[in-house]
Amino acid sequence: MSTLENGVIRSPAVHAPGERQITFGQAILEAINEEMARDESVFIIGEDVAEAGSVFKVLVGLLDQFGPERVIDSPISEAGIAGIGVGAAITGMRPIVDIMFGDFTTLVMDQLVNQAAKTHYMSGGKLKVPMVLRTTLGASRRSAAQHSQSLHALFSHIPGLKVAMPATPYDAKGLMKSAIRDDNPVVIFEDKMLYQERGPVPEREYTLPLGQADVKRAGDDLTIVATSSMVYVALEAADNLASIGISAEVIDPRTTNPLDTEALVNSAKKTSRALIIDEGYQQYGVTGEFASVIADGAFYYLDAPVKRIGAMNVPVPFSPVMEDLTIPTAEYVVETAKALCG
Amino acid sequence: MSETNDTKPNATELDAEHWLQAYEQMAKIRAFEEAANELYTSARMPGIAHLYIGEEAIAVGICEALRQDDYITSTHRGHGHCLAKGAALDKMFAELLGKEAGYCRGKGGSMHIADQETGNLGANGIVGGSAGIATGAGMSVKLRGTDQVAVCFFGDGALGQGLLYESMNMAQLWKLPVIYVCENNQYGEYTHNSKTAAGSMVGRAAGFGVHAQAIDGQDIRTVHATARLVIDRARNGGGPAFLVCNTYRFHGHHVGDIDRPYRTREEEAEWAKRDPLKLLEDWLVKSKQAESDVFERIQQDVKSDVENAVNYALEASFPSESEVDRHVYA
Ligand SMILES: Cc1ncc(C[n+]2csc(CCOP(=O)(O)OP(=O)(O)O)c2C)c(N)n1
Ligand SMILES: [Mg+2]
Repeated sequence: MSTLENGVIRSPAVHAPGERQITFGQAILEAINEEMARDESVFIIGEDVAEAGSVFKVLVGLLDQFGPERVIDSPISEAGIAGIGVGAAITGMRPIVDIMFGDFTTLVMDQLVNQAAKTHYMSGGKLKVPMVLRTTLGASRRSAAQHSQSLHALFSHIPGLKVAMPATPYDAKGLMKSAIRDDNPVVIFEDKMLYQERGPVPEREYTLPLGQADVKRAGDDLTIVATSSMVYVALEAADNLASIGISAEVIDPRTTNPLDTEALVNSAKKTSRALIIDEGYQQYGVTGEFASVIADGAFYYLDAPVKRIGAMNVPVPFSPVMEDLTIPTAEYVVETAKALCG
Repeated sequence: MSETNDTKPNATELDAEHWLQAYEQMAKIRAFEEAANELYTSARMPGIAHLYIGEEAIAVGICEALRQDDYITSTHRGHGHCLAKGAALDKMFAELLGKEAGYCRGKGGSMHIADQETGNLGANGIVGGSAGIATGAGMSVKLRGTDQVAVCFFGDGALGQGLLYESMNMAQLWKLPVIYVCENNQYGEYTHNSKTAAGSMVGRAAGFGVHAQAIDGQDIRTVHATARLVIDRARNGGGPAFLVCNTYRFHGHHVGDIDRPYRTREEEAEWAKRDPLKLLEDWLVKSKQAESDVFERIQQDVKSDVENAVNYALEASFPSESEVDRHVYA
């Protein structure tokens, strides 16, 4: 069973005691670093990724290691760099396109949705687009409506795209490495608030398959499915629920597309109750898809309707007193879970 | 169309009194930004802000040539534009602090101040994001048959955005009254534009047949004289214009960018010699249009106005919880 100690998730199943601890940001950098060393076709392009090492300081040192030919500062041209990514990917490279804020992915929609996602299919399987688009999600930085959104649902909707959203340093590294090696366009969402979070990451080489959920905490009474930033909210809620005798299982799908439907359904069959938390807007969010998967697959086992909690259906407001109302909190999850189990 | 400054500043276009007003506007913006910085460093302002210090001559020089019913669109570095177009200090600070009394009831913050009463269609957190909006305002002016003008402010970084070029092309095709003002402060975040902008900046607009010029953005006399010409021209059906105003942000990209490792202290010192407030002051004194003690007085006045506005904002109340889902739809 995993536990949350000082904000660090420890999963004895995968982590040896006394294992090295690094931050989420360092895990991302290590993954990119290792893959660039392993495969010369990997390069990264984005605004302020090279000299500045990215605005979140995640890529510091990468330029020195691989030089400006492979670590490229671009103009503020999101659509352009995404297009360059698609073209380079089709012709033998493995680009990583860096889009600073998830909010700016709206500027690359055509290149990703109409081009990257469909090229393999439209060409009857002849062309491949092995590119990664890495970007961010998450509110609560007081950055207002255009720098705070969690837009992963938009991309999860599109056949041909894969979408990863790691919650821990361990997952971040393993998923990033797999994303880079994958022959399909993969969008990877990193929570800006998690970059400084530490967690165990083995020094040995490893990858994590895209499409495999992870049990972040085992439990019997209730399944909480949580993504990215919300995994921590779910674990905190599970701790609080344990103190009142409710044993919650926390499942992190890790990728929304492909989705590990079996893991979600099996957990719900075991606990008979499911609650889903995600930081995207609740309406038409990934929570709806997860709920439907569970309702379909575990219908005869459920003791209550599947509940979901997303971000409030409003643009993210600037004022802290309002912004804090829009994001799911552990208290709210506990209340909802109690009602579900009541 | 020309690559160079073909508009000679005409010093007599404004009288001393008006130049002193322009000075006061610039001083007000500077004092506002210094106070915003102080609110950030003392942890009393949520989030961050992008300061306009060093670039004041552009917003003021241009907005002094606009009418109240003319439009502007602004950027993430927008406080100067908003103030120059007539925004009130107290409501500005209240917005920066997320208070209900702010211009956007605390919903927008530093990057999203809008004020329809002064024609401010909104600052924007998306680089280049307002190029279409300003052009649409120009389209609306044409369709409604008024003689308003729309000014689109943006940074040199926005030259990377395709939307700008789609917009300028249409503005020229349809002779829309839109002035595209590129505040070329040399950097987009931490990268010099020599690494991000190929070819000629003015040439990009000139290619569409848009009247395009590069001017000294530190000299308010040049900015203002040029602005009057292109704004009058647009108002009278002459179509859009594109101004590259060469300038420099004296502070970091945002209030948290303290070390500025991407540029040299020498470069900063060179630009500091061309402080827009100092340049205007020196000229007014040298040409005997003002005594030097006037400027000290103006500085004191705006500082005390700013102080009062900050206090007002600090004491103002936060929005109530019920505000959060208001205004999602009209
Ligand atoms: C479309 C988009 N891409 C990236 C960003 C992140 N960003 C914010 S300000 C900025 C630099 C803008 O440079 P410039 O347009 O020259 O304006 P300046 O900050 O120099 O005034 C960047 C890249 C953004 N806000 N919007
Ligand atoms: Mg700039």
